[in-house]
Amino acid sequence: MGKKLLTANINIPGIETFDVYRKNGGYASVEKALKTMTPDEVTEEVKKSGLRGRGGAGFPAGMKWSFLDRKSEKPRYLVCNADESEPGTFKDRYLMEKIPHLLIEGMITGSYALGARTSYIYIRGEYMYIVRILEKAIEEAYAAGFLGQNILGTPYSLDLYVHPGAGAYICGEETALLESLEGKRGNPRLKPPFPAVAGLYAAPTVVNNVETIAAVVPIVNGGGDEYAKIGIGKSTGTKLISASGHINKPGIYEIDLGLPVEEFIYSDEYCGGIWKGRKMKAVVAGGSSVPILPADLILKTAKGEQRLMTYESLADGGFVSGTMLGSGGFIVYDETACIVRNLWTFARFYHHESCGQCSPCREGTGWMEKVLHRIEHGHGHMSDIDLLVDVAKKIEGNTICPLGDAAAWPVASAIRHFREEFEYHVKYPEKVSNPKHFEIEPFRSEKKLEAVGA
Amino acid sequence: MAKVTIDGVEVEVADGTTILNAARQIGGDLVPPAMCYYSTLKDSGGKCRVCLVKVTAGSAKDPRPMPKLVASCRTPVMDGMVVQNITSPEVLEARKGVVEFLLLNHPLDCPVCDQAGECDLQNLAYEHGAAKTRYEEDRRTFEKIDIGDKIKLHMTRCILCYRCTYVADQLTPERVHGVLGRGDHSEISTYIAKAVDNDYSGNMIDVCPVGALTDKTFRFKSRVWFTNPMDAHRDCPKCSGKVVLWMKGEEVLRVSARKDQYGEVKEYICNECRYDHKNVKDWTVEGPRHIDRHSVIAQGHYERADLITLKKEIERQIEFEKGKPLPEPNPSLTA
Repeated sequence: MGKKLLTANINIPGIETFDVYRKNGGYASVEKALKTMTPDEVTEEVKKSGLRGRGGAGFPAGMKWSFLDRKSEKPRYLVCNADESEPGTFKDRYLMEKIPHLLIEGMITGSYALGARTSYIYIRGEYMYIVRILEKAIEEAYAAGFLGQNILGTPYSLDLYVHPGAGAYICGEETALLESLEGKRGNPRLKPPFPAVAGLYAAPTVVNNVETIAAVVPIVNGGGDEYAKIGIGKSTGTKLISASGHINKPGIYEIDLGLPVEEFIYSDEYCGGIWKGRKMKAVVAGGSSVPILPADLILKTAKGEQRLMTYESLADGGFVSGTMLGSGGFIVYDETACIVRNLWTFARFYHHESCGQCSPCREGTGWMEKVLHRIEHGHGHMSDIDLLVDVAKKIEGNTICPLGDAAAWPVASAIRHFREEFEYHVKYPEKVSNPKHFEIEPFRSEKKLEAVGA
Repeated sequence: MAKVTIDGVEVEVADGTTILNAARQIGGDLVPPAMCYYSTLKDSGGKCRVCLVKVTAGSAKDPRPMPKLVASCRTPVMDGMVVQNITSPEVLEARKGVVEFLLLNHPLDCPVCDQAGECDLQNLAYEHGAAKTRYEEDRRTFEKIDIGDKIKLHMTRCILCYRCTYVADQLTPERVHGVLGRGDHSEISTYIAKAVDNDYSGNMIDVCPVGALTDKTFRFKSRVWFTNPMDAHRDCPKCSGKVVLWMKGEEVLRVSARKDQYGEVKEYICNECRYDHKNVKDWTVEGPRHIDRHSVIAQGHYERADLITLKKEIERQIEFEKGKPLPEPNPSLTA
């Protein structure tokens, strides 16, 4: 059982109110930072902690902060990315809903470190009820003197706003988020310039995920070195994992990075094993956009080492036999799941959410969806499988923002690891005519051999 | 000034120049195609991805290659940058992919499209596209819309280059049109069907690389290659007044702005010149417009190549094959 940093107090009744939160040690990091530390010292602590962005890319947060153009005469902004829309990820919602003051505390400390006088929380439109929770919490923080002019009697002043989006997945991409926050159409910008140089209103901006900003609180309270002791190598600290799918105990778990994947799936403390006593077929380890891995490769790497819940271990083997930790949306599939149907669902999502700005993503996502629809419904050809691989390859890396990659990776990996299943769909269209075909008759490896005619 | 090498040819350009414009200064085959970039429209480019190039060395200071292919129209050059365009198989492969994507939902109704013959997508597909499509599904379709009384929007043909929205944004006093919707079902639209009604809206037709925006006064009148393009001008208080008259006999079928060798308008014209002066007497005709001999519009317009320029061009090609830097290309002889 690891130490809980973000969710330790989450079940205390009334923790969403300022008084209870404060009584349980809340806002200590603001007091510590504003009264005893300089902004650069706070940044230094975050650097020391080795905290990596929790939104998906895993970019070191301290480094991102140090890239911020501090010489610019323009105002600086800290923007919290709460546009959590990745299928399979629901951790930020849990934090903001249950313990909103943690995020606000992180925003104040973070804004102080970056020298921001105005900060924003950009939240997805579907979380409208959380907007109200956050706004109430912000009101309380203003009343208690933690926001507004001269916080705690220091010269530092900060205003914090919550801005709801309109529910587009693409607005979780940081530059599209900034466009949307400026009141424009949420199309990603071309980079460079990066937001650290020209972000919100062309001013230097840092965009961080909710969990990253919340993690600043324990880092400042306990010190960066202490935080870095948790975890393995360059994956430090704790991570919220949103576990879903065919497991006994779906939910949010705060784990120490470095936990073996096998323990996470099978121990009673976490997911509690596969439901209904079935076998595990595949896992999507970090939200829908990361490559899917079959059961054997998720538990052990291609080299036979035990796979751990770290950025490095999950990525071991590259995209040939590895995946990514991503945003921590851990989806488990049992043997009755149809990989083709699942992939079609993902492809439909990316087709629907593509902003339509650049051609490979706009046209390619729709094409992949249509081909997958055909295969899943028993109208595919053998050549369609290679066609999908080729289309995915032509999207990947050729688009403005990572949505193209996110649409292409699941397709490429599903075909790489489960090609027989696609071939089965093409060969036996009558068997897949029922949408629940694999629930009736799971697709097992013996069948694999039969299907390819071996 | 920055020195940049594109496909082995070195060129010195001003700081902040994009790779595409540096390549245009060299000229010839190594210029990447561009479907959405338009040099006279600010912020255009980066969207269609046909101009992707490979940067094998970022700069003299930091010679690491860039990890992905970059959009040459929006990436500024650095001193000592080394770029591969047509010499990189990876670039050509990606470009082929992008052309396929662009044609995916394009109706390919060229036989009835007014843009045929002067269509950038047609040229691009001819050069980089595959002969057959791998796409079996239905293409997206839209109803045709009138944008004002002079412009027809045929959204089915649109490749979403956003050029016309930049014209609306930057050339016309108030923005009345933009993009609605998302993904492959997004469409160019005037907000709540409001007509574009201002003096410069006609330029949207000229910047459109395909037949999505066409001139209603010219629709179905003639194929462009049956017309005689003539350079002409008039004194216009609103614009430069420099136009091309597309004539059949004495009749002026269409008036458009002048496009350069990359299909870009440098001097925009007003709607009065475009629509209200379809009489040759209103214009001072300068003479026949030079049409590139590779263009289908040049059909029937044989030009006698000047022997001296032809000799120079042959010498230029020989020099190129020897790997020497190219002297200034002759615009009349290069595609």
